[in-house]
Amino acid sequence: MGIGRVEYPVGMADYSPPLKDIKFVLNSIAGIGDLVETDAYSHVDVDTVEMVLEEVGRFMAEVIAPTNRDGDTIGAKWNDGEVNMPDSFGPAYGQYVESGFNAVALSPEFGGGGFPVVTGIAIQEMLTSANMGFSLCPLLTQGAIDAFLHHGTDEQKSMYLPKMLTGEWTGTMNLTEPHAGSDVGALTTKAEPVGDGSYKISGTKIFITFGEHDMSQNIIHLVLARTPGSPPGTRGISMFVVPKFMVNEDGSLGDRNDVSCVSIEHKLGIHGSPTCVLSFGEKEGAIGWLVGNENEGMRNMFTMMNNARLSVGLEGLSISERAYQDALQYAQERVQGTAVGAEKGTKSPIIDHADVRRMLMTQRAWIDAMRCLVYANAAHLDRSIASADSDAKTAAKELADLYIPLTKALCTDLGNEMTSLAIQVHGGMGFVEETGVAQHYRDARIAPIYEGTNGIQAADLVGRKLAMRSGGVVIDHLAEIDAVAKEISTLDGFGKFSDNLTQAVDTTRRSTNWLLSNASSPNEVLAGSVPYLRMLATVVCGGLMARLAIAADGSADADHGAAKKASVKFFGEQILPTVNSLEGAVTAGSADLFALTAEQLA
Amino acid sequence: MKVVVCVKQIPDPADPGALDPETRTLKRDVKLILDESDSYGVEMALQLVDAAGGGEVTLVSMAPNGERSGLSTALAMGAESATLVSDPALVGSDALTTAKILAAAIAGQGADLVIAGSESSDGYTGTVPEQIAAVLDMPSVTAAKAIEVDGSTVKVQRQTDAGYDEVECPMPALVSVTAGVVEPRYPSFKGIMAAKSKPFEEKSIADLGMSADQVGWAGANQEITDVTDAPTREAGDVFEDDGEAHLKIVAFLENLKVI
Repeated sequence: MGIGRVEYPVGMADYSPPLKDIKFVLNSIAGIGDLVETDAYSHVDVDTVEMVLEEVGRFMAEVIAPTNRDGDTIGAKWNDGEVNMPDSFGPAYGQYVESGFNAVALSPEFGGGGFPVVTGIAIQEMLTSANMGFSLCPLLTQGAIDAFLHHGTDEQKSMYLPKMLTGEWTGTMNLTEPHAGSDVGALTTKAEPVGDGSYKISGTKIFITFGEHDMSQNIIHLVLARTPGSPPGTRGISMFVVPKFMVNEDGSLGDRNDVSCVSIEHKLGIHGSPTCVLSFGEKEGAIGWLVGNENEGMRNMFTMMNNARLSVGLEGLSISERAYQDALQYAQERVQGTAVGAEKGTKSPIIDHADVRRMLMTQRAWIDAMRCLVYANAAHLDRSIASADSDAKTAAKELADLYIPLTKALCTDLGNEMTSLAIQVHGGMGFVEETGVAQHYRDARIAPIYEGTNGIQAADLVGRKLAMRSGGVVIDHLAEIDAVAKEISTLDGFGKFSDNLTQAVDTTRRSTNWLLSNASSPNEVLAGSVPYLRMLATVVCGGLMARLAIAADGSADADHGAAKKASVKFFGEQILPTVNSLEGAVTAGSADLFALTAEQLA
Repeated sequence: MKVVVCVKQIPDPADPGALDPETRTLKRDVKLILDESDSYGVEMALQLVDAAGGGEVTLVSMAPNGERSGLSTALAMGAESATLVSDPALVGSDALTTAKILAAAIAGQGADLVIAGSESSDGYTGTVPEQIAAVLDMPSVTAAKAIEVDGSTVKVQRQTDAGYDEVECPMPALVSVTAGVVEPRYPSFKGIMAAKSKPFEEKSIADLGMSADQVGWAGANQEITDVTDAPTREAGDVFEDDGEAHLKIVAFLENLKVI
């Protein structure tokens, strides 16, 4: 690589919360101002939201972000059934609990602030950028909270929720078993009724995020298992709560339950997040209680799926933002070569080289686009709850559902691409672990896999989501994007953007119609599902970015407005046209994929 | 025990503003945040009231434009109430005028202790706390690294070049604290929400019995006559270790008179 004796030119950038960008997207894309006018959020005002986000940003940058390297270099350590986190994690988690920021967007009934979902997303963005591994602990807890809120009994809610909302107790989701991953229906963990309302749970679960750790007093496991005589497949799965420590009636902690951490995985990234193998009922049997009705575990799990997939999509944005900050700082400080136009004999910071600019602008533009997509998705979820009339609620729900696979898959695929570009900006130094940017690349890699692989997201899109109103939801939304393309044509300098968006919508409409007309041949549709997801998600981003530019045109902060317009223009002229090149792959059908036999592929 | 903390709201140092070329002062027509050097005073006051088993921390501040973001942060940390002296006529006020205004806002509050930062992070005059004490005719102790209240006496460890002095004085008194002496708490979500309904009083200079010709540019006895850029940092010396580098380090430190 020709690095020679290493002299590190610059260190890793600290995390700087992108508050201006976040607030701008909250206002112009998510429409936070209208949201807080609804009855559901009438106790919230925009000034308070902004103040909370400013304090959250400071907290994440100063308290959580400094633990990120420890998460990677020290990582979680298994020690005879215990899992020890890096020394810096416990105190940081303690401060996180004390801050109360965990519950800003959670239910007021159990101690939360009841702020809009999109506010919670903004908080999560900064938490995840600060330390993605660490952020998974609150994320899984939130999933478990959702499960109790939707399906728990009043007693379960009052027993578990207050301490889970603060984060004093954390939560886990136990689905996967060695032979039951994407095919959850194959799971074999057993739940035998004891007769007093409780069950004895026995079996082994794998890939349990934060299944064991030393940061909280208790861990509340939600476990999918089969009761005796239950139907096969996903129709015979029930959900159980299995606390690590039993909870007494007065809320104090009792005996240790029979659940143990057998080992943790050695992974490519997110070393700060222990991925556990949990064994239930090795000795006397783990005691658990039904959450929701028997045999409805799988269906109940789906009620949490939207939020979980949105949050994982958000990880793609967060990790891209953090890696971009590293790349930008490096490009500003690293001096190498003489840029075109620079004085002869002088050396230039690499940011003056055209190709480095290309990489940085690509990251800048996609990060802006991802933030629009994620926050718009969250705002649709908010409106599906908070809108005043039922038509608006239904429309918001349709768009929230349509956006979920787009957000999850596009942002997490881009997480790979953007962190890879961030390494490329660093040149050889990016391949060296000490610069820290490689961690983001490794951390990002899990996000396209978990919470439904991106292949499954694409199948969800061309299957369930495209089928909504027989394709009507997608076709109507494309018409809305067409209208935005016309609207932006009058904005100075955005004529080309407008033409490109119109063309991209046309292409997407043709591909959509092709898929709709082939709906009876699942393999033909599935063959092009991943490029179709990329196509549709990019066009949706194009529409959102157009709205961002229109808002930025009148921005009170002229510098920031100009920066956003430049980012949108780049997106429209250099990224959006890639949509057209995907049409061939979307409409090719499956013949070429299966042209070779499994043996011939060797 | 009642502790009054003087706090200043300043432009965000991470997003530096510009100097007004005419007045050579910092433009403050932007959003203002709590000066970090004052967050130590707020934290110290909260801890003292805790240690005293009860009492109240209240804030005083002055700003020409009615901005209250920085005060909201301090209220979210746990202060009970705030008084902001806000008046367009305040633009251009010098250090002594500032001290007189803050003293007028503090007078009559029945403070046992007034705490201030040693100097602001935007103006750095470093004279306002002592001037307030003089106007209020209170004893003042500067550069506190630790404060303890014992009955009606305040005991202060006063930072010096060589270590610290132990100083005692009767209360009410004014103590200025040095940065970094305590770890300021982060405002919690509950704190931020509670801050919204805490008493917040905005006063004009007329409310304090003062007039426009006594404050701002009109009342200033101080003028900034020139501003120059800080010298750029020079490149450091690099020594190859030939086995004798430690002697060069010793010589370097001796030259700085730190050993």
